[in-house]
Formats: sequence, structure tokens, C-alpha cells
Amino acid sequence: MIPSSFDYFRPQNLDEAVKFLSQHEDAKVLAGGHSLIPAMKLRLAQPGTVIDISRIGDLSYIREQGDKILIGAMTTHHDIESSALLKEKCPLLPEVAACIGDVQVRNKGTIGGSLVHADPAADWPAPILALDAELEIAGSNGRRAVSASEFFVDMMQTAVQPNEILSEIRIPKTAKSVAYVKSAQKASGFAIAGVAVVIFGNQTRIGVTGVAAKPFRASSVENICADVEPLNDIHASAEFRAHLAQVNARRAVELARSRE
Amino acid sequence: MAAATKKYVGQPLKRVEDPRLIKGIATYIDDMTLPGMLHVAFLRSPYAHAKINSINTDAAKALPGVIGVFTGAEVNDKCGVVPCASQMPDLKNPNHKVLAGGRAYFVGHAVAVVVATDRYVARDALDLIEVDYEPLPAVSDPQKALEKNSPLTHPELGSNTAFTWTLANGDIDAAFKQADRVVHQCMIHQRLTPMAIEPRGCIASHHPGEGTMTLWTSTQIPHLIRTLLPGMIGVAENKLRIVAPEVGGGFGSKLNLYAEEALCCHLAMRLGAPVKWIETRRENAMSTIHGRDQIADYEIAVKKDGTLLGIKSRTIADLGSYLQLLTPAIPTLTGLMLGGCYKCKAVRMDVTGVYTNKMATDAYRGAGRPEATYAIERMMDVIADELGLDPIKVRQKNFPKPGEFPFNTPTGLTYDSGNYQGALKKAQQLVGWEKLLKQRDTARKAGKLFGIGISTYVEICALGPSKMMAAGGWEWGCVRIEMSAKVTVITGTTPHGQGQETSFAQIVADRLGVPIEDIVVMRGDTAVAHYGRDTYGSRATAVGGSAIVMCIDKLVAKGKILAAHLLRTKPNKIEFRDGNFFIKGSPKKSVTWKQLAPESYLAKNIPPNFEPGFEASSFFEPSNCTYPFGTHIVAVQIDRETGEVTFVKYTAVDDCGPQINPLLVEGQVQGGIAHSLGQVLFERTVYDENAQLITGEFMDYAMPRAKDIPEYLLGSTVTPSPSNPLGIKGVGEAGTIGATPAIANAVIDALSPLGIRHLDLPLLPEKIWKAIQQAKGSQK
Repeated sequence: MIPSSFDYFRPQNLDEAVKFLSQHEDAKVLAGGHSLIPAMKLRLAQPGTVIDISRIGDLSYIREQGDKILIGAMTTHHDIESSALLKEKCPLLPEVAACIGDVQVRNKGTIGGSLVHADPAADWPAPILALDAELEIAGSNGRRAVSASEFFVDMMQTAVQPNEILSEIRIPKTAKSVAYVKSAQKASGFAIAGVAVVIFGNQTRIGVTGVAAKPFRASSVENICADVEPLNDIHASAEFRAHLAQVNARRAVELARSRE
Repeated sequence: MAAATKKYVGQPLKRVEDPRLIKGIATYIDDMTLPGMLHVAFLRSPYAHAKINSINTDAAKALPGVIGVFTGAEVNDKCGVVPCASQMPDLKNPNHKVLAGGRAYFVGHAVAVVVATDRYVARDALDLIEVDYEPLPAVSDPQKALEKNSPLTHPELGSNTAFTWTLANGDIDAAFKQADRVVHQCMIHQRLTPMAIEPRGCIASHHPGEGTMTLWTSTQIPHLIRTLLPGMIGVAENKLRIVAPEVGGGFGSKLNLYAEEALCCHLAMRLGAPVKWIETRRENAMSTIHGRDQIADYEIAVKKDGTLLGIKSRTIADLGSYLQLLTPAIPTLTGLMLGGCYKCKAVRMDVTGVYTNKMATDAYRGAGRPEATYAIERMMDVIADELGLDPIKVRQKNFPKPGEFPFNTPTGLTYDSGNYQGALKKAQQLVGWEKLLKQRDTARKAGKLFGIGISTYVEICALGPSKMMAAGGWEWGCVRIEMSAKVTVITGTTPHGQGQETSFAQIVADRLGVPIEDIVVMRGDTAVAHYGRDTYGSRATAVGGSAIVMCIDKLVAKGKILAAHLLRTKPNKIEFRDGNFFIKGSPKKSVTWKQLAPESYLAKNIPPNFEPGFEASSFFEPSNCTYPFGTHIVAVQIDRETGEVTFVKYTAVDDCGPQINPLLVEGQVQGGIAHSLGQVLFERTVYDENAQLITGEFMDYAMPRAKDIPEYLLGSTVTPSPSNPLGIKGVGEAGTIGATPAIANAVIDALSPLGIRHLDLPLLPEKIWKAIQQAKGSQK
């Protein structure tokens, strides 16, 4: 990688990271590096300062607390994929994690890094929305929590402000009646239409990624893309994306039901 | 006499190359550093076509660590143009210079070069160069490039037509008059990006005292570069040393002499310091050659029983914006193989080579032959469909029989040997043909889209007799039995993954009767392998291996003379077997290389006029190319709702003649099929209508991955070639040539119940889905 030059900080804890972040205007946070580093390599991102939080150990955990499971933002995709606790109490997340990139990506990439990058084709937003997760954000004035639907603002834009860091993802425990069905972009492996389904009793919640400029909760099972304008690029036309979203939603619902 | 030693030829030995590659201790260009070495970076045009009004390099030059910044105005008159070895009549050549001069004519065209003390500074300096570009209209579509009002890639040439070429033989008009039916189909052979995992890169070092230049470069052709580079940099051939260290994939993309290699040599001389350049992935995607990119109209005249009478093709070949080493020759290779493995008396192919504002096309895995094989094998299915015949029977009807070889084709080739029926039969047995047909019936009855595809291919390998090749088609080799009786083998081929360090050692171990551990195979350095024609066109083992065999024959003859002297008999009384020289009828009176070698080097007890040492070198000139063949059978299922293709079965029977190492053969076939699978299902180089490159990264250019690869069921038949003493045909490109039409035919067969007869590659899910929607619409 031949990026432009930058200053490098490696804070010891989250408070220090937030402090560095508020002190440097053009700073970027480096987590697993799977979004930031490719952008720096192409010099699409040229941060003056990189704050490397990859060695902050207390941001990587998966633990149970009451009726929720708490996941540290620096938890890798692989740790989620292989977590016995999640497989038992929120199996949607390991199922999604297994669809991300390849083994090397999953070993380094983190759930927090991916969520904050907010690539409209990333996998995590679909289950986060379907699970109605809560996201904890750390700033210089302490920590605040936002809901999944408030978190995603636009393409590559979230509720996390430039001087804040996503610290924790809180998800509800679920039954086995969940599923993720994805059509992948063949080159990158990102979603063209990724649909996560969570069935809670008689409620079915559907999170969709890859289809529109920002991930969304589908309001209607019959017409998944009713409220969005599907993206159009060389990998899939808007028409095909909308079609795949519909097919994958049906398949995900059927799959989730079959697991009840 | 020793007991019969173990034979190595035919054994599936693991490569001796593997441990260093797997452990990450192999030496690639980027692993190398020379004292005082400087680093080179190129500024490349973001426009497909632009006038360059001015370039201001002041700020870049002022950056600490920058040694020099050069533009076309400062280097183009010091370096020759990029060579093209294809001599076509009336070829218009834009004479591509090492840097753009007043005009950039493709995205990625280098417009300036920076030399700096480290790679980071060099890259930073690129951002400080100010280029005043004046965008000009660009053309991306080769068909539009032929229209009257099209923008011109090279205004000075007057049109975008680079050449026209016609291959015609037999009475084509009569063939079409006699035909019961003329089957017509247009096909697009989409542009592909080779994407070797190691991009290009080089280090150039000039010794001012000796006047010598050493170029380490990631190439398939160090020897051809040594032949061609003097014309570009003005250093004589015998003062040039070209080294290809470990090369991380070529696939034809490194069968070239590129502007960057010559320019690095020039800079090393000009600055008096070694320079290194490592290509980035993005540069690799936009300024290393691309493959394929032909649009062709095929017409085949047939009798109603499926007999082929004549083949016509009108082909537009998109050359890109300039000519690399073999650019114009690629579609002519397509022409030579136009008729595939079938008898057909009349052919006509008209090729128009067209300039567009894109990267040059050139030899990419299969180089022209995959286009021919894909077309004829797709056409055989279209013919069968139109005539209501079994696609297998149509093929069988037109095969030459084993007794008809050598078989002269109407395109002017002589197929050396073959048993096409035999390979087909074996593939059918291997796949369980009858059962597979039943499986298809059952699946179709259940409403599934299930298809079976077949291709019976022939290809041209072991390039080739020198009369066919611009720079000679022979190969050179050298075998030296050292004083210690260890054996050093030097080949003029340049293996870069094919495994000849192993397979050549197998040949030598058997023929000299020495342990394989005692053999070292050296390659890829013109100071070591003095002459060679390198590795491409599946030639290394057939042609290069034969040169090694010639050396061994010379050494054994020499060994007999010395053995006779030591055993006090006459050379014609000496027999050689498994490393032992013995007197005929008295096997106990014997000597081995271990005794002969030191005697020959110490030279104190040798016959009169006996030359000391044990070294032989040879040039092997093949009498003909070789023509490997085989049958691939594929079964796929298509998801009707998403258009996704899944493999159900993959079977291939390849005949590459006798196999030195079946494991290497299988590896080559597997790799080739993987390439094809990419080409059929998702690979494509996309330029937009302004010739802007869209697929310039792995984020957008889809390559096959491990999880895409089906389980292969591979087999072989063995039909030796009479073209070389080993009988070998070659296998480097067989997989990619045989597999593409087989997979495509399977997909189309799956869609055929819907009335779909042809779709162009790649068969992306969306394309399949749309075709299904349309078919449904028209059935309503």
C-alpha cells in the first residue's frame, strides 16, 4: 500500500481514542482496516491522522446481559461466525457473518468498522435492522445509544459524528426462526440484494441491504422495495435488484419459518 | 548390473518448486533490492483520449527525494517504439512510444514518469504533476469505430481500421450452394483482463564501466526481450542480461515487451543508478494487455444430415489503441483453428482489426484459439438444434477418423495425430452418459432448468516450427553432468508455474539413470540459459523437453566412448541402461556416471581426441505443431428465479500425448477450466461508451474463486504426437480452450426448453433471468 502520509496514534483505551479523535480534525479511525485501507490505497481517503483502535482489547467481546447480547464494536466477523453463544441465542448473526468476504476478511474485519463505514452493500445492516439492534456510541460527553433505524443516515453516512466512535452493538435474543439470503456481487462479494428475516411470534421483520443507497426495513413483504429507489450499476440493474430483493425476501421468510 | 531403477516419467510427483512457493521464500521482483536503487512511478492518463497541452513538473521535481521527472518530450526520442512482431500486409501501426507525447489515447496511457529515492515519495510526486488535458472524443465500441463519423483513435492513420486479413480455401461459394441449410449466429468474445496475481514489475541496472545492462523483469520471455530490447534502448544483445525470477502468473500477459521495461532501462542509464518499478493492481488492470474482444458473424453451410460443407466468419477484432508484441496475430490464430476437429472442405474468414481508445489486446490464455473453439463448438449445437439432430451425432459425423491423420485442414494446418471419437467415448463413460440424460429428463419433468453441454475440441500447441514463428520456434537446452555426477539441466523455456523444474528432472532422471534428487533445472536467466524462445503456446515440454532429450543422447554417446576406454573395449560393444554402461553380454563389467564424470573432468585417463567434461547443448526444431484434443462434458442447473448457474457435473478427458507428470497435467487442466468458468459465467472487462475503464479493480472485475470451482472428474487418452521425440502434445491451454464452449453449451441447453438458442458470454444471472422473462413473454 502506498497511501499519502499520515500521523498515526494507537490509543490504549476508548476514552483516549475519543480524545485523539476530537483533537484531530481530519482523523480517521482504523479498526479491522477492510474499508479504510483499500480507500487509502487508492488515495480516495487521505486522512491526516489515523487512530488505530485495533489493539483496544476491551472493545472485542460477545456477552449475555439479561435479555440482550452485547457485542463489542471491535469484534471480528470470524468471532461472531464462530460464537457458540450467538449460535444458540441469536443465530442470525453467525449466519450473516459466514457470508462476508472470505476467511481472511472475516479474520480481520470488525462488525463496528463495517457498520460505521456504512457501505450500502455491506451485509451487517440487514440483520442489525431486522433485529432492531441498539448501537452505543462513545463521544467526549460520554456514551449515547441509538436504534438501528436511526443509525443508518445515508450512503456511507451514519449517526456517528466525526468525533465519536461506535462502541457496542446490543441485540435481542431470538428464536431459531431467522434467516439471511443474499445475492452477491460476483467480484466483491458485497450484497446486490441481502435480506435478513427475523420472525418474532406473529411479527416478521425484514432488513434489506445492497438494494438502495441506504439499508432499510421493508414495510411490506409483498413489495419489498415499495419505499426505496433501487440502485443501478454494471453489477445489477435497478429492475433486477428489486426482483432479487423480492425473491430473496420470500426465500428468507420460508427458510426462517422452516427453522421454527 | 543394478536392479531396474524406479522410473520417474509418468509419476504424479509433487513439484520441487512447491516448498519455496508455499513457504513464501521464493524470490519475486518485489523481493529484490540493489544498493542505491531508485523507485519509479508512472502518471497515467485518466482520459481515454485527450490532447496534452502542457505538463508542469516543477512542483514534483521540488519534492525532497525526487531525483527526476520526465515527460514524453524528454524520453521518446531516446527510446525506440514498442515492438510488434506480427507482420501483416498493409498493417497501420501507430508506433507506440514509451510515454504519451502530445496525445493520450487510452485510460492508463503513461504521460510522465517520476524517479525518487523511495516508492512513497515517487507516488506522492505523481499528485504534484500538473497536466493540462484537453479531452477529445473517444471510441470504445469497435463496431462504432468502423462507422464513418467515428472519432479516430489515431487521426494521423486516417481511419480506425488497422488491417484486414482474409483466410480462404476450398470452393466456399459451391459449399454454400450445395447446402441444405445455412446456419447463422453472431457471437461476442468479450474482453478479459488476465489479472496475474503478481502484477508486472522490473529492476534495471546499468554498469557504465562494462556498458552492460541487466533487467530483472516479471516476464514469460526473457530471451525474446533480449532479442527485442536492443532496438528500444540501444544496448547490444550481448551486453544485455535479462532475468525472469519467480513469476507469479502470466497467462500471456507477460508474453510481451512493454514500454515500462524499456523506459526503466533508459532511466537506469540516464541516472546512473538501478531503478525499480512495481505495477499496482489498478495499473495492471488498465495498462497490461487484455484478451479476446472479437465480434464475429458465423455462417456454416450444412447438409441435412449434419455434414459440414463450408464455414464463413466475418470478424471484427478490437485491438485496443496500439499494437503490443502479437496483437494483430491473435485473430489470425482464431482463423487457423476455425474448423475445430471437423472435416470441412471450404473456409473463409475475413478479419478487420480495429483501433479503439482502450488497452491493447494480445495473447491471453489460449490466444485466439479459445475464440475459434468456442465458436465452432457453439455452432455445432446450434446446427444440431436447427436440424433437429443429436449434438453428439453431428460431431461424430464430422470427425476425421484415427486413420485419417496426419489430417490436412482447409486452413492450412496439418493435425499431427488424433482420436477424437476415443476421447468422446471415454468422457461419456466417465460421466455416465445414459444416467446423466435420465437425470436431465427427471429434472426437466420436475420443472427444473437442467442442461448438459459438450465440447470436443482440438487446439494447436508446441509452437512451433520456425517457419510459423516471427522469432524462430525451436528450443534450446543444455545438460551438464558435473564432476560430482550431479546433473545440471538448463532450459531455454521460462517456466513460471508450469512445473518444468520437476517434469524435466523426471525426463532426465529416467534417461540418464540418475536419482532425481541429483538434478537441478535452471531457467529464466539469459546469462545461464544462453538461448531460448521461452514459454507460451503450451510449448515448453514438447519443444524444450525435446531439446533436453537431444542433449542426453549426446551425453550417453560420449559416455559410451569413455566407458569403452575404461573397460578396455570398443564403444560399439557398450550398452547403456539405467545409468550403467556395460559390455554387451557381460553386465558385470560396468561403470556408472559416478565413475565416468570425474574421469572426464580430471582428464588424466581419457581416450585420444576425447573432449574433457560432460556437457551437451542442443537446439530442437519441431517438424510440426502438436494438436491436443479432448472432450469436456458439463451438467448445470439454473435457478429460474435468480438466473444463477450451479454445476452438477464436470468431466473432462484431455489427450495431451504421453504425460511426464499426471499431477501437473491435472493442475493445468483444472486451472484452465477455472479460467473458462470465469469467462463463461462472470468475467468481463467493461469500458463505458467514453472508453472509461469500469472494471479496474477486483471490486468490479470478478475472478473465479475456490468456492466457484466444481468437483472435476478428469481422465485422459494418450495419442502420441509424431512432431517430437517425446510424443508430447502440451496441456497449458487445453482446459481453457475445451471448457468454455462446454459450459456455455450446458447453460444454453438448460434454457433450450424455453426456446433460447444463444446468449453471449458472460452468462450473468441478470442476462439469464432477462432471457427467461423474454421467453416467457413470447410464449404467452
